[in-house]
Amino acid sequence: MSDIATLATVLFAMIGGAIRVSTPFLFVSLGECVTEKAGRINLGLEGTLVLGAMAAYMVAYETGDPWLGVLAAGCAGLILGVMHATLCSLPRVNDVAIGIALMSFGTGLAFFFGKPYIQPQAPRLPSVELGGWIGNAQLAEALTINPLFFIGVALAFFLRWAFDNTRYGLLLRMAGDSVAASRAMGVSVDGVRLAATAAGGFLSGIGGAFLSLYYPGSWNEALSSGQGLMAVALVIFARWDPQRCFYAAMLFGAAGALGPALQSVGIVKGYYFFNAAPYILTLLIMIGAGRDGKAARAMPSELGVQR
Amino acid sequence: MDLDKLSRRTVLKSAAATGLVTALGARAAHAQAPLVVGAIYVGPRDDFGYNQAHALGIAELKKVRGVKVVEEENVPETIAVQKTMESMIQLDGAKLIVATSFGYFDPHMLAMATKFPQVEFRHAVGLWDEKKHPKNAGSYFGYLDQAHYVNGVAAGLVTKTKKIGFIAAKPIPSLLRNINAVLVGARKNAPDATVTVIFTGDWSLPVREAEATNALIDAGCDVITCHVDSPKVVVQTAERRGAMVLGHNASQASLAPRGFVTGAEYKWETIYQGFAGNLAKGEKLPNWVRGGYDLDYVRNTAYGAAASEPARRAADAAIAEMKAGKPIFVGPFKDNKGTVVGTKTYDNYAPELEGMNYLIEGVVGSTS
Repeated sequence: MSDIATLATVLFAMIGGAIRVSTPFLFVSLGECVTEKAGRINLGLEGTLVLGAMAAYMVAYETGDPWLGVLAAGCAGLILGVMHATLCSLPRVNDVAIGIALMSFGTGLAFFFGKPYIQPQAPRLPSVELGGWIGNAQLAEALTINPLFFIGVALAFFLRWAFDNTRYGLLLRMAGDSVAASRAMGVSVDGVRLAATAAGGFLSGIGGAFLSLYYPGSWNEALSSGQGLMAVALVIFARWDPQRCFYAAMLFGAAGALGPALQSVGIVKGYYFFNAAPYILTLLIMIGAGRDGKAARAMPSELGVQR
Repeated sequence: MDLDKLSRRTVLKSAAATGLVTALGARAAHAQAPLVVGAIYVGPRDDFGYNQAHALGIAELKKVRGVKVVEEENVPETIAVQKTMESMIQLDGAKLIVATSFGYFDPHMLAMATKFPQVEFRHAVGLWDEKKHPKNAGSYFGYLDQAHYVNGVAAGLVTKTKKIGFIAAKPIPSLLRNINAVLVGARKNAPDATVTVIFTGDWSLPVREAEATNALIDAGCDVITCHVDSPKVVVQTAERRGAMVLGHNASQASLAPRGFVTGAEYKWETIYQGFAGNLAKGEKLPNWVRGGYDLDYVRNTAYGAAASEPARRAADAAIAEMKAGKPIFVGPFKDNKGTVVGTKTYDNYAPELEGMNYLIEGVVGSTS
C-alpha cells in the first residue's frame, strides 16, 4: 500500500469514526450541559445512557420499530432525570452523591431487565448515505450517517442560540448563576432545575438508543464502558457551551478511531498509547484550557454549591 | 458498583438466614441425593461467546440423570467468587465446582479448595500446578487453535484480497496461538495470505470492536474473525459491511446469514460429561485435562452461506487431519520480526505452545 493510500485510509477512518462514535458523547454532553447550566451536576448520566440503551433495544425488539425504541430511551432517561431532580431538591442533599447512586441504579436496572435481550436482534435505525456518489467505498462508508447525528448537531447549535437569545435560556442560566436573582424574579429555582435535569436525562437516554440501535448496534452489558462518564467530563472541556460540546465529541470520536485505524494499515507499535489517545488528548486540552482561567469563568457559579 | 452484584444467590442467602427457605431446602434433601455441580461464569450466559459456550456445555450436563446443576453468571473475579463457591457448597451441596474464568483461580479457587477438601474444583485455563496446588483442584481446556486452523484453511479459499482481519483483545498466549493457527491454515492454500491483527486492549469493548472491524475492512480485509469475549458486535458489523466472517467460541452463524463461513467452537460438554461420569462412578477426577479435535473438545460451526464448495472440502480434510493429531506448527518457523522462534515441529500437545508469545511471519501486528 502506498503512503498516500495509507494516509487516506487512516484519515477516512478518523472522519468515519468521528461521525459514528461521537453521537452518544454529543447527546450525553448536551444533556449534562443543560443540567449544569441550571446549576446542578448529574453524574448519573452513565446509568441513564445504559438504561436508555437497554430500553431502546427492548422496545425496538418488541414493537419492531426502532424509532419507538428511541422514544422509550428518552422517556427512561427522563424518569431518571426527574428522580435525580426530585431527590436533589430536598434540603441538604448532595447532587454528586445522588448522581453516583443513580448511576448504579440505572446500570443495575438495565442489567436486570436487559438479560433476556442480549440474544435477540432488534431492528436497527436507518441511515442516510451521503457518500454514494464519490465512488470510494471507504469514504462512502464514513459518510453513511444516522439521522440522530444530524439531530444532535442541530440541537447543539440551537441550544447555544437558545441560551443566549430566549427567555427560557435566560431563566436557565440565572438558576445556574444566581439563586438569589432567580428568587428575586419570582422564579422557582427547583422548578427550573427539575425541567433542566429531566431534559438532560431525556437527551442522554437518546444517546443510549444510538449505542444499542445503531452503532455498535447491539445490547450487552459492556456496551457503554464509561462513555457516559467521559461525556460528563467533556462538558467542562467544552466550557458549558453546547456548540463546543459538538466539536469536543467529534474530536473524541476521531481520536478513538486512531488506534484501530493505525493498526489496520500496519502501524502496530504502541497501540496501547494510541488507544489511549482520547484520554491523553483530554488531559492536554484540560491543562491548556485551565491555564488561562476561561473555564473557571464560564462555569455556572451555583454549580456544586450546597445549601 | 456493588448493586450489580446483588444476584439471585445473594438474595437466596439472606433469605436462608432469615429461615425463609429452610423448609424448602429440607424437603429437597429428602427426595434423593443428586450429584450437584456448580458452574460459575464471569459474564452473561447468552453473550454469543465464551460464557455461552460454557453454558451450552453445562446445559448438556443437565440432561445427565442424577446430575443437578447450579449456575451463577456475572460473577466478578474478586472475593465475590469465593462467596459464590461457598454458598454453592454449603447451601446447594455442590460436589464439583467448575470455575470458567481466568482470574477465578488464584487466590479464590485455591482458598476454597483448601477450605473444602471433600469438594472437587476445576478451572478452565491452565494455571494448576501439580507441585504447588491442592489435589482436589485442577485445570481443563480445549485446544481451540485447532478449530481456528480449520477456519484459516476455509478462509484461504474464500478470500479474494488474501487479507484476513483479526480483532483481538489482549496479547496472551492462547490468543496469539489462535491468530497464528488462522495464518498457518490460510497459507495452506493461499501462500501469500496475511492476517492483520487489531488489539483492542480488553475482553469486551463493543464500540472499539466495531471500530476495529470497520478499520480492517477499510484496509482491504474481506474475511473477519476475532478473539474477544462476545463476538456478536464484530460479526454483525462485518455482515453489514458485506465482509465474510469466521466465528469464535460459540456459534454466531445466525448473526451473519450472508457472510458466515465457519467458526471455531469449544465443545465443553465432552469434558463436563466426562467429569460427571467420573463422579457418578466414584472415580477420582483427572487434574489436568487437555485436548482438541482428537478428543472431541472443539468443533467447527456448520458451514455458512459464504463457504464455497472447495472451502468446505478443504476444511473437512483439515478437520480429519486434526482428529489424526497432525501438528499445526511445523518448524522451522519465524516470528513476524524475522527471528526464528520455532526450531522444530511442535506436536499439538507441546507445552511450548502454551507459552506462545509471538506472532508468526505473515501476521501484521505486534504483541506490544
